[in-house]
Amino acid sequence: MSTILETDGERLLAALGVLLAEKGIASPAEIAERIAITDQASPAQGARMVARAWTDPAFRTLMVEDGTRAAEAMGISLRGMPPLGVLENTPDLHNLVVCTLCSCYPRAVLGYPPFWYKSAAYRARAVRDPRGLIAEWGTVLADGVRVRVVDSTADYRWMVLPMRPAGTEGWSEQLLAGIVREGDMIGVTVPQAT
Amino acid sequence: MCAPIDTEPHVLSEFDKRVDALRAVLSLKGLMTVDELRRGIEEIPEDEYHRLSYYQRWIRSITAILMRKGVITEAELSAALERR
Amino acid sequence: MAAFAPGTTVRVKDDWPESRGPAHIRTPHYLRGMHGRVVRRLGAFANPEDLAFARPAERRSLYHVAFDQPAVWQEGRAGDELLVELFEHWLEPA
Repeated sequence: MSTILETDGERLLAALGVLLAEKGIASPAEIAERIAITDQASPAQGARMVARAWTDPAFRTLMVEDGTRAAEAMGISLRGMPPLGVLENTPDLHNLVVCTLCSCYPRAVLGYPPFWYKSAAYRARAVRDPRGLIAEWGTVLADGVRVRVVDSTADYRWMVLPMRPAGTEGWSEQLLAGIVREGDMIGVTVPQAT
Repeated sequence: MCAPIDTEPHVLSEFDKRVDALRAVLSLKGLMTVDELRRGIEEIPEDEYHRLSYYQRWIRSITAILMRKGVITEAELSAALERR
Repeated sequence: MAAFAPGTTVRVKDDWPESRGPAHIRTPHYLRGMHGRVVRRLGAFANPEDLAFARPAERRSLYHVAFDQPAVWQEGRAGDELLVELFEHWLEPA
Protein backbone atom coordinates (compact mmCIF):
# COMPACT_ATOMS: atom_id res chain seq x y z
CA MET A 1 0.00 0.00 0.00
CA SER A 2 2.71 2.47 0.93
CA THR A 3 4.18 2.91 -2.58
CA ILE A 4 0.88 3.86 -4.16
CA LEU A 5 0.41 6.50 -1.46
CA GLU A 6 3.58 8.19 -2.63
CA THR A 7 1.96 8.94 -5.99
CA ASP A 8 1.84 12.63 -6.84
CA GLY A 9 -1.13 14.29 -5.15
CA GLU A 10 -2.63 15.71 -8.35
CA ARG A 11 -2.63 12.24 -9.94
CA LEU A 12 -4.13 10.69 -6.81
CA LEU A 13 -6.90 13.28 -6.78
CA ALA A 14 -7.66 12.75 -10.45
CA ALA A 15 -7.76 8.96 -10.12
CA LEU A 16 -9.83 9.10 -6.93
CA GLY A 17 -12.19 11.53 -8.60
CA VAL A 18 -12.83 9.11 -11.46
CA LEU A 19 -13.23 6.10 -9.16
CA LEU A 20 -15.54 7.80 -6.70
CA ALA A 21 -17.68 9.18 -9.52
CA GLU A 22 -17.97 5.71 -11.07
CA LYS A 23 -19.03 4.31 -7.70
CA GLY A 24 -21.63 7.04 -7.24
CA ILE A 25 -19.87 8.27 -4.12
CA ALA A 26 -18.75 11.73 -5.18
CA SER A 27 -19.55 13.28 -8.53
CA PRO A 28 -17.71 16.20 -10.13
CA ALA A 29 -20.94 18.21 -9.71
CA GLU A 30 -21.06 17.52 -5.97
CA ILE A 31 -17.45 18.57 -5.60
CA ALA A 32 -18.01 21.73 -7.64
CA GLU A 33 -21.07 22.56 -5.56
CA ARG A 34 -19.12 22.12 -2.37
CA ILE A 35 -16.36 24.44 -3.65
CA ALA A 36 -18.99 27.05 -4.48
CA ILE A 37 -20.55 26.81 -1.03
CA THR A 38 -17.17 27.03 0.71
CA ASP A 39 -16.19 30.03 -1.39
CA GLN A 40 -19.13 31.95 0.06
CA ALA A 41 -17.62 31.96 3.53
CA SER A 42 -15.01 34.63 4.17
CA PRO A 43 -13.77 36.86 6.99
CA ALA A 44 -16.50 39.32 5.97
CA GLN A 45 -18.96 37.06 7.79
CA GLY A 46 -17.06 37.28 11.06
CA ALA A 47 -16.50 40.99 10.54
CA ARG A 48 -20.26 41.57 10.34
CA MET A 49 -20.68 39.77 13.64
CA VAL A 50 -17.95 41.84 15.28
CA ALA A 51 -19.45 45.09 13.98
CA ARG A 52 -22.87 44.06 15.29
CA ALA A 53 -21.36 43.22 18.69
CA TRP A 54 -19.66 46.63 18.82
CA THR A 55 -22.94 48.46 18.27
CA ASP A 56 -25.47 46.18 19.97
CA PRO A 57 -24.74 45.19 23.59
CA ALA A 58 -27.40 42.45 23.59
CA PHE A 59 -25.81 40.88 20.52
CA ARG A 60 -22.38 41.14 22.11
CA THR A 61 -23.67 39.20 25.11
CA LEU A 62 -25.22 36.57 22.84
CA MET A 63 -22.05 36.26 20.79
CA VAL A 64 -19.88 35.64 23.82
CA GLU A 65 -22.36 33.24 25.43
CA ASP A 66 -23.34 31.28 22.31
CA GLY A 67 -21.38 31.97 19.16
CA THR A 68 -23.38 29.48 17.14
CA ARG A 69 -26.70 31.17 17.87
CA ALA A 70 -25.16 34.58 17.26
CA ALA A 71 -23.91 33.48 13.83
CA GLU A 72 -27.28 32.05 12.94
CA ALA A 73 -28.94 35.28 14.06
CA MET A 74 -26.80 36.96 11.37
CA GLY A 75 -27.96 34.51 8.74
CA ILE A 76 -24.82 32.36 8.82
CA SER A 77 -25.80 28.71 8.92
CA LEU A 78 -23.73 26.47 11.14
CA ARG A 79 -25.88 23.40 10.50
CA GLY A 80 -23.67 20.34 10.54
CA MET A 81 -20.70 22.47 11.51
CA PRO A 82 -18.79 22.47 14.80
CA PRO A 83 -19.98 24.86 17.57
CA LEU A 84 -18.54 28.38 17.43
CA GLY A 85 -16.87 29.83 20.50
CA VAL A 86 -16.13 33.54 20.81
CA LEU A 87 -13.26 34.95 22.84
CA GLU A 88 -13.74 38.54 23.90
CA ASN A 89 -10.73 40.85 24.09
CA THR A 90 -10.80 43.32 26.97
CA PRO A 91 -8.46 46.15 28.03
CA ASP A 92 -6.45 43.62 30.02
CA LEU A 93 -6.86 40.42 28.01
CA HIS A 94 -5.75 39.64 24.46
CA ASN A 95 -6.78 36.33 22.90
CA LEU A 96 -4.84 34.40 20.26
CA VAL A 97 -6.23 31.31 18.53
CA VAL A 98 -4.16 28.38 17.29
CA CYS A 99 -4.60 24.69 16.52
CA THR A 100 -1.28 23.13 17.49
CA LEU A 101 -2.43 19.64 16.52
CA CYS A 102 -3.64 20.42 12.99
CA SER A 103 -5.48 23.50 11.65
CA CYS A 104 -8.94 23.68 13.23
CA TYR A 105 -10.44 27.01 12.24
CA PRO A 106 -13.90 28.67 12.39
CA ARG A 107 -14.43 28.26 8.66
CA ALA A 108 -18.15 28.99 8.75
CA VAL A 109 -17.48 32.58 9.79
CA LEU A 110 -13.95 33.18 8.51
CA GLY A 111 -13.63 31.04 5.37
CA TYR A 112 -10.49 29.04 4.56
CA PRO A 113 -7.70 29.37 7.13
CA PRO A 114 -4.71 31.49 6.05
CA PHE A 115 -1.57 29.70 4.88
CA TRP A 116 0.40 30.89 7.91
CA TYR A 117 -2.18 29.63 10.39
CA LYS A 118 -1.57 26.08 9.12
CA SER A 119 2.23 26.38 9.22
CA ALA A 120 4.43 24.41 11.62
CA ALA A 121 6.04 27.68 12.75
CA TYR A 122 2.75 29.32 13.76
CA ARG A 123 1.47 26.19 15.47
CA ALA A 124 4.67 25.78 17.46
CA ARG A 125 5.24 29.41 18.41
CA ALA A 126 1.72 30.49 19.31
CA VAL A 127 1.66 28.54 22.58
CA ARG A 128 5.32 29.08 23.36
CA ASP A 129 6.03 32.70 22.39
CA PRO A 130 2.71 34.39 21.57
CA ARG A 131 4.03 37.94 22.01
CA GLY A 132 7.05 37.32 19.76
CA LEU A 133 4.72 35.73 17.24
CA ILE A 134 2.22 38.57 16.98
CA ALA A 135 5.14 41.01 16.77
CA GLU A 136 5.72 39.50 13.31
CA TRP A 137 2.56 41.35 12.34
CA GLY A 138 3.75 44.48 14.11
CA THR A 139 1.34 43.91 16.97
CA VAL A 140 2.56 45.20 20.31
CA LEU A 141 0.33 44.99 23.35
CA ALA A 142 0.08 47.67 26.05
CA ASP A 143 1.70 47.03 29.42
CA GLY A 144 -0.50 45.09 31.75
CA VAL A 145 -2.33 43.23 28.97
CA ARG A 146 -2.35 39.45 29.52
CA VAL A 147 -2.26 37.07 26.59
CA ARG A 148 -4.50 34.02 26.48
CA VAL A 149 -3.61 31.49 23.81
CA VAL A 150 -6.55 29.26 22.92
CA ASP A 151 -5.50 25.91 21.47
CA SER A 152 -8.36 24.41 19.43
CA THR A 153 -7.90 20.77 20.30
CA ALA A 154 -11.44 19.44 20.10
CA ASP A 155 -14.93 20.16 18.84
CA TYR A 156 -15.20 23.93 19.20
CA ARG A 157 -13.98 26.44 16.67
CA TRP A 158 -12.82 29.76 18.09
CA MET A 159 -12.82 33.33 16.88
CA VAL A 160 -11.71 36.47 18.66
CA LEU A 161 -14.06 39.39 19.29
CA PRO A 162 -11.53 42.22 19.21
CA MET A 163 -12.01 45.57 20.94
CA ARG A 164 -13.47 48.44 19.01
CA PRO A 165 -10.68 50.91 18.28
CA ALA A 166 -10.82 54.56 19.30
CA GLY A 167 -11.67 57.00 16.53
CA THR A 168 -14.71 55.03 15.31
CA GLU A 169 -17.38 56.85 17.28
CA GLY A 170 -20.62 57.19 15.36
CA TRP A 171 -19.54 54.79 12.59
CA SER A 172 -22.18 52.64 10.92
CA GLU A 173 -22.05 48.86 11.29
CA GLN A 174 -21.03 48.58 7.65
CA LEU A 175 -18.12 50.96 8.12
CA LEU A 176 -17.05 49.15 11.27
CA ALA A 177 -17.21 45.75 9.57
CA GLY A 178 -14.90 47.17 6.89
CA ILE A 179 -12.01 47.60 9.35
CA VAL A 180 -12.24 44.13 10.89
CA ARG A 181 -9.66 41.86 9.25
CA GLU A 182 -9.11 38.13 9.31
CA GLY A 183 -6.06 38.53 11.56
CA ASP A 184 -8.05 40.57 14.08
CA MET A 185 -10.40 37.62 14.57
CA ILE A 186 -7.53 35.18 15.05
CA GLY A 187 -5.64 37.50 17.36
CA VAL A 188 -2.44 38.29 15.46
CA THR A 189 -3.55 41.88 14.92
CA VAL A 190 -6.03 44.36 16.40
CA PRO A 191 -8.43 46.50 14.36
CA GLN A 192 -7.20 49.91 13.31
CA ALA A 193 -9.45 52.91 12.69
CA THR A 194 -7.13 53.92 9.81
CA MET B 1 9.81 25.23 14.19
CA CYS B 2 10.71 28.60 15.70
CA ALA B 3 11.06 30.19 12.31
CA PRO B 4 9.81 33.55 11.05
CA ILE B 5 6.23 33.45 9.84
CA ASP B 6 5.35 33.97 6.19
CA THR B 7 2.44 36.30 6.84
CA GLU B 8 1.60 36.79 3.17
CA PRO B 9 -1.72 35.47 1.90
CA HIS B 10 -1.44 32.43 -0.36
CA VAL B 11 -4.13 31.80 -2.93
CA LEU B 12 -5.58 28.30 -2.87
CA SER B 13 -5.06 26.34 -6.08
CA GLU B 14 -7.74 24.33 -7.88
CA PHE B 15 -6.09 21.22 -6.48
CA ASP B 16 -6.35 22.59 -2.92
CA LYS B 17 -10.02 23.48 -3.29
CA ARG B 18 -10.92 20.14 -4.87
CA VAL B 19 -9.21 18.13 -2.12
CA ASP B 20 -10.91 20.28 0.50
CA ALA B 21 -14.27 19.78 -1.18
CA LEU B 22 -13.74 16.04 -1.60
CA ARG B 23 -13.11 15.65 2.10
CA ALA B 24 -16.28 17.58 2.89
CA VAL B 25 -18.35 15.44 0.51
CA LEU B 26 -16.95 12.21 1.96
CA SER B 27 -17.75 13.48 5.44
CA LEU B 28 -21.29 14.46 4.48
CA LYS B 29 -21.79 10.99 3.04
CA GLY B 30 -20.61 9.39 6.29
CA LEU B 31 -17.60 7.78 4.63
CA MET B 32 -14.81 9.50 6.49
CA THR B 33 -14.65 11.71 9.56
CA VAL B 34 -12.29 14.62 10.09
CA ASP B 35 -10.79 12.53 12.91
CA GLU B 36 -9.84 9.81 10.43
CA LEU B 37 -8.37 12.43 8.14
CA ARG B 38 -6.22 13.76 10.98
CA ARG B 39 -5.09 10.33 12.02
CA GLY B 40 -4.18 9.52 8.44
CA ILE B 41 -2.06 12.68 8.30
CA GLU B 42 -0.38 11.79 11.60
CA GLU B 43 0.58 8.44 10.11
CA ILE B 44 2.54 10.01 7.25
CA PRO B 45 6.27 9.30 7.79
CA GLU B 46 7.97 12.44 9.07
CA ASP B 47 10.22 13.12 6.08
CA GLU B 48 7.25 12.73 3.72
CA TYR B 49 5.15 14.96 5.94
CA HIS B 50 7.58 17.86 5.61
CA ARG B 51 8.01 17.35 1.88
CA LEU B 52 4.28 17.44 1.14
CA SER B 53 2.10 20.53 0.99
CA TYR B 54 -0.91 20.86 3.27
CA TYR B 55 -3.44 19.48 0.79
CA GLN B 56 -1.03 16.89 -0.56
CA ARG B 57 -1.07 15.49 2.97
CA TRP B 58 -4.85 15.51 2.87
CA ILE B 59 -5.15 13.59 -0.38
CA ARG B 60 -2.62 11.04 0.83
CA SER B 61 -4.58 10.56 4.05
CA ILE B 62 -7.92 10.37 2.24
CA THR B 63 -6.54 7.75 -0.16
CA ALA B 64 -5.09 5.65 2.68
CA ILE B 65 -8.27 5.79 4.75
CA LEU B 66 -10.56 4.92 1.83
CA MET B 67 -8.36 1.95 0.90
CA ARG B 68 -8.14 0.75 4.48
CA LYS B 69 -11.91 0.88 4.81
CA GLY B 70 -12.47 -0.90 1.53
CA VAL B 71 -14.31 1.99 -0.11
CA ILE B 72 -11.80 1.57 -2.92
CA THR B 73 -9.21 -1.14 -3.44
CA GLU B 74 -5.56 -0.65 -4.28
CA ALA B 75 -6.11 -2.57 -7.52
CA GLU B 76 -8.89 -0.19 -8.55
CA LEU B 77 -6.74 2.80 -7.72
CA SER B 78 -3.76 1.43 -9.66
CA ALA B 79 -5.96 0.83 -12.66
CA ALA B 80 -7.45 4.33 -12.43
CA LEU B 81 -3.94 5.82 -12.21
CA GLU B 82 -2.89 3.92 -15.31
CA ARG B 83 -5.84 5.21 -17.28
CA ARG B 84 -4.66 8.83 -16.94
CA MET C 1 -16.75 9.79 35.45
CA ALA C 2 -17.00 12.60 38.01
CA ALA C 3 -17.71 16.06 36.66
CA PHE C 4 -15.22 18.89 37.23
CA ALA C 5 -16.72 22.10 38.55
CA PRO C 6 -15.44 25.45 37.27
CA GLY C 7 -12.46 26.54 39.34
CA THR C 8 -11.30 23.01 40.11
CA THR C 9 -7.57 22.41 39.89
CA VAL C 10 -6.85 19.40 37.71
CA ARG C 11 -3.84 17.54 36.46
CA VAL C 12 -3.57 16.32 32.91
CA LYS C 13 -2.69 12.63 32.99
CA ASP C 14 0.95 11.94 32.33
CA ASP C 15 0.02 9.13 30.01
CA TRP C 16 1.45 8.32 26.57
CA PRO C 17 -0.91 5.94 24.73
CA GLU C 18 1.00 6.64 21.50
CA SER C 19 3.87 4.63 22.91
CA ARG C 20 1.66 1.57 23.24
CA GLY C 21 0.33 1.38 19.69
CA PRO C 22 -1.53 3.33 17.00
CA ALA C 23 -3.45 6.15 18.62
CA HIS C 24 -5.02 9.50 17.83
CA ILE C 25 -4.83 11.72 20.88
CA ARG C 26 -6.10 15.30 21.11
CA THR C 27 -4.34 16.08 24.39
CA PRO C 28 -1.22 18.02 23.40
CA HIS C 29 2.13 16.58 24.49
CA TYR C 30 3.08 19.88 26.10
CA LEU C 31 0.26 19.54 28.65
CA ARG C 32 0.73 15.97 29.79
CA GLY C 33 1.34 15.95 33.53
CA MET C 34 0.62 19.70 33.85
CA HIS C 35 -1.71 21.33 36.37
CA GLY C 36 -4.54 23.56 35.22
CA ARG C 37 -7.80 25.15 36.32
CA VAL C 38 -11.18 24.16 34.91
CA VAL C 39 -12.90 27.18 33.38
CA ARG C 40 -16.10 25.50 32.22
CA ARG C 41 -17.64 22.41 30.76
CA LEU C 42 -18.13 22.88 27.03
CA GLY C 43 -20.52 19.97 26.48
CA ALA C 44 -20.39 16.29 25.55
CA PHE C 45 -18.80 15.08 22.33
CA ALA C 46 -17.91 11.75 20.79
CA ASN C 47 -14.42 10.59 21.72
CA PRO C 48 -12.11 11.46 18.80
CA GLU C 49 -9.68 8.72 19.85
CA ASP C 50 -12.27 6.21 18.66
CA LEU C 51 -13.73 8.23 15.78
CA ALA C 52 -10.26 8.33 14.25
CA PHE C 53 -10.34 4.53 13.90
CA ALA C 54 -14.00 4.33 12.85
CA ARG C 55 -14.80 2.62 16.16
CA PRO C 56 -18.01 3.26 18.11
CA ALA C 57 -17.28 6.44 20.06
CA GLU C 58 -18.71 7.26 23.46
CA ARG C 59 -19.72 10.82 24.25
CA ARG C 60 -17.44 12.33 26.84
CA SER C 61 -17.48 15.63 28.70
CA LEU C 62 -15.21 18.27 27.18
CA TYR C 63 -13.72 20.95 29.44
CA HIS C 64 -12.01 24.26 28.83
CA VAL C 65 -8.95 24.20 31.09
CA ALA C 66 -6.61 27.15 31.74
CA PHE C 67 -2.87 26.77 32.28
CA ASP C 68 -0.26 29.25 33.46
CA GLN C 69 1.69 29.70 30.24
CA PRO C 70 5.16 30.46 31.71
CA ALA C 71 4.87 27.39 33.97
CA VAL C 72 4.27 25.13 30.98
CA TRP C 73 7.20 26.41 28.95
CA GLN C 74 9.66 27.65 31.58
CA GLU C 75 9.60 30.99 29.77
CA GLY C 76 7.06 33.68 28.99
CA ARG C 77 5.22 36.53 30.67
CA ALA C 78 3.64 36.17 34.12
CA GLY C 79 -0.13 36.23 33.83
CA ASP C 80 -0.24 34.79 30.33
CA GLU C 81 -2.42 31.72 29.96
CA LEU C 82 -3.15 28.80 27.70
CA LEU C 83 -6.78 27.72 27.34
CA VAL C 84 -7.28 24.24 25.95
CA GLU C 85 -10.18 21.86 25.30
CA LEU C 86 -9.58 18.59 27.12
CA PHE C 87 -11.72 15.50 27.55
CA GLU C 88 -12.70 14.35 31.02
CA HIS C 89 -10.82 11.08 30.81
CA TRP C 90 -7.56 13.01 30.51
CA LEU C 91 -8.14 14.97 33.71
CA GLU C 92 -7.71 13.96 37.31
CA PRO C 93 -8.30 15.96 40.48
CA ALA C 94 -5.13 17.61 41.77
